[in-house]
Amino acid sequence: MTAMEQAVGAGLQPKDYKSDYKPIWCPGCGDYSVLTSITKALSVLGVARENAAVVSGIGCSSRIPAYTSLYGFHGVHGRALALATGLKIARPDLTVLVTGGDGDGFSIGGNHFLHACRRNVDLTYIVMDNQVYGMTKGQASPTTASEWEGSKLTPHGTGVSPFQPLAVALAAGANFIARGYAGDPNGVARLIVEGVQHPGFSFIQVLSQCVTYRAEQREWRSRVRPSAKEPTANAARASRRILDDDGFTTGIFYLGSRPPYQPVTATDRTLADIEQRFVI
Amino acid sequence: MLSTAESTRASGSSEANEPSEPSRPSRARKSAQDTRVASSVSIALTGSGGSGVMTAGQMLLDAAARGGFQGMMTRSLGPQIRGGEAEAFLRLSASEVTCPGDGVDILIAFDWTSTERFAGEISLKPSSLVLADPELGPAPAMITGSGARRIDLPLKALLAGIPDGRPNMVGLGILAGLIGLPEDSVLAVLNRMLKRKGAEALAASTAGIQAGYAAAADMPADFRLTAAKQAASRWNISGNEAIGVGALRGGVRFVAAYPITPATEILEWLAPNLEHLGGELVQAEDELASINMAVGGSFGGLATLTATSGPGLALMIETLGLSVASETPLVVVNVQRGGPSTGIPTKSEQSDLNIAVYGLHGDAPHIVTATNSVADCVFTAQWSVYLAEALQSPAIVLTDQLLGQTRAIIEAPEGASFVARREVAEGDLENYLRYAVTESGVSPMAIPGTPGGEYVADGLEHTPRGRPSSQAEDHLTQLDKRNRKLELFDYGKHWADIEGDGEIAVVTWGSCTGPAREARVRAEAAGLKVKLISLRLLAPMQTARFEKALKGVKKVLVVEQSHSQQFYHYLRAHYDLPKDVKVLSRPGPLPIRPAHIYERLADWS
Repeated sequence: MTAMEQAVGAGLQPKDYKSDYKPIWCPGCGDYSVLTSITKALSVLGVARENAAVVSGIGCSSRIPAYTSLYGFHGVHGRALALATGLKIARPDLTVLVTGGDGDGFSIGGNHFLHACRRNVDLTYIVMDNQVYGMTKGQASPTTASEWEGSKLTPHGTGVSPFQPLAVALAAGANFIARGYAGDPNGVARLIVEGVQHPGFSFIQVLSQCVTYRAEQREWRSRVRPSAKEPTANAARASRRILDDDGFTTGIFYLGSRPPYQPVTATDRTLADIEQRFVI
Repeated sequence: MLSTAESTRASGSSEANEPSEPSRPSRARKSAQDTRVASSVSIALTGSGGSGVMTAGQMLLDAAARGGFQGMMTRSLGPQIRGGEAEAFLRLSASEVTCPGDGVDILIAFDWTSTERFAGEISLKPSSLVLADPELGPAPAMITGSGARRIDLPLKALLAGIPDGRPNMVGLGILAGLIGLPEDSVLAVLNRMLKRKGAEALAASTAGIQAGYAAAADMPADFRLTAAKQAASRWNISGNEAIGVGALRGGVRFVAAYPITPATEILEWLAPNLEHLGGELVQAEDELASINMAVGGSFGGLATLTATSGPGLALMIETLGLSVASETPLVVVNVQRGGPSTGIPTKSEQSDLNIAVYGLHGDAPHIVTATNSVADCVFTAQWSVYLAEALQSPAIVLTDQLLGQTRAIIEAPEGASFVARREVAEGDLENYLRYAVTESGVSPMAIPGTPGGEYVADGLEHTPRGRPSSQAEDHLTQLDKRNRKLELFDYGKHWADIEGDGEIAVVTWGSCTGPAREARVRAEAAGLKVKLISLRLLAPMQTARFEKALKGVKKVLVVEQSHSQQFYHYLRAHYDLPKDVKVLSRPGPLPIRPAHIYERLADWS
């Protein structure tokens, strides 16, 4: 962390990336520390505030843009990746972060997640995964274990296998795949820095506990462990590591080398040239 | 007033329920024929997809344009991906053509099965010529029952001695001959089209066309047109391409796209052309993504557009609300087709008026515009980009399959002065308030990259600063502001096209405007004074302007292509109409022809 702390000293401080607006989150929510990780990472990256944007959908964690001092868009449920894709293609000069939760990203926004991975636009997608819909007061999300009976909506559990975000991201073509834990804000900040620096679509799942509807997640602290292995560029190897994992290993699982989405554009004609082809 | 509306509604419905054109009482056709003012010829080519009717129709239109004529060609297709039935419907004239003609003067049928599927769209009369190969067998009732003149087209004999000769080229030659188009105009088009296909293909097609010309020499000469001097600069363009041109003229430089019939051509035309202008087009995974990408691009500072049709618009509705709430400018072009649900993707209808005007949840004022001709697609698209950007609002542009997939000869559209100019926040932005409450309702928008302008665009109700708020006062303030900016803006004369004057007014919109224009001119020729009001701006409503336009009008004929009379109900909801109101409405794809409108007007006098 020393290098990081030195870098912090160079430009804006993490607090400079925070707004004075008070979060609506519950005390003890993991999202507070993810917000801290984002601001630390931006400070390390030395991005000017006006040149970064945070895009989100709907949910507890999707409230993050307003808590930063950056440009941001708090859009509709599930569509953050699409909106961010448009922004980044229109404005490749900006650093674009996308934030949200497991319901927003993997359920209502699942299709966009697949296509953002394969499109490989240079975005960094941070999903605060707490395995529950918090804003609507505690329903099962795609990452909830099938036997969880804590919701009135699914009193017998969902009976449905949980969504595997990292495996899906790899299969769909994400270029950078990592997992962090909200209880380790510096670790998450490092992942965000690397994700932003890595070209193409970077996906970071952050285990971010919901102490209100999933109080048992306080125990994540004892289950989470950093990966002992170096990141791999080999998709087959990454796949084995992801599939063999119990979901609590943190670190970078995959570093792909696919070139990011690059729109073809030139300014080699005028509108008058283009209209000429209609002339009889 | 209610009773009038009720009674006219019934008559409107009865018209819509008529089985097909040929079985209509002959009175309408007769009166239309008698009062025909434009010397035009309407031509239908029917066949299976792959029979080349679209190619032949296209070439005839191109050749006619070169030969000193104006005209248009609409396309009607069955649902099949390839093959199925296809109809090219042309209308050619020495003067301006604003809509397809009442009936078909010349029909070339390459097979009866395909032709019969267009029975509801093809109206034949005793003066019509029907050309078909006797080998096709007995003609269907839609032909025999019409009393049209029949001419045998022995294709085998006509193509004898032409290796790889194509029936559609013979058909093209016959049609060109029947209307008196010089052979060199047709051959010039052919040469340009086949220049890369080699000498053999060119020779076969040339011989086919010449065989057609020779055959036409022995046929009736009553559909010959006289060429006229045409405007110096004319275009040959489809409505969908015209939308693309208008968008680029307006300044659109970012497009997000998801293919859908019949809007895809807009996107396919924009893709390469945007690229040459330094813009971007991205293909999305669905319409939910395409409209959100568009919002993202617009947030980034570019004038932005997406195009779709009914089902896609339905998916985009939630994000249109986001565009309203976050005040992010955006243009959504909706090329209407038959609905609801998948409906009739390949054919036209004006039944998305309700969803466009009323479909958003919450109190969500926005702009809805409508194109009323192929040429107007250029203007209205451009104007809509301008309005969306100036008002930081979504603009839904309603066009339809008929306009979108019609190719027309038009005068080169003038470059209207409307170019996107967004009011942006720059300079010293200390204490910048993105949603500042201003007199005009428009608040300067900071574009990412501008220091000090950092704000979060939000679909949540918010304070002037942009912070989420659930307080009544903030809600009311922002609702007022968003409404005010649309209400106070001066839309000028473009809110409607108003032509002529009289105590009777035809009030219509979109692609019904073409036939209404022609009906108005016919009525005038018959001594009946009629005013035409075609609304281009459907939202926000222009109450004062409409009231002024209706001054002195005692009777209103509402014309629309919708089964539930959406436009009539829209007018009733927002405008004061005189007591005497009639409605001419039918669902798509039953066409509304000038004669239908003229007949209603004549009945009234």
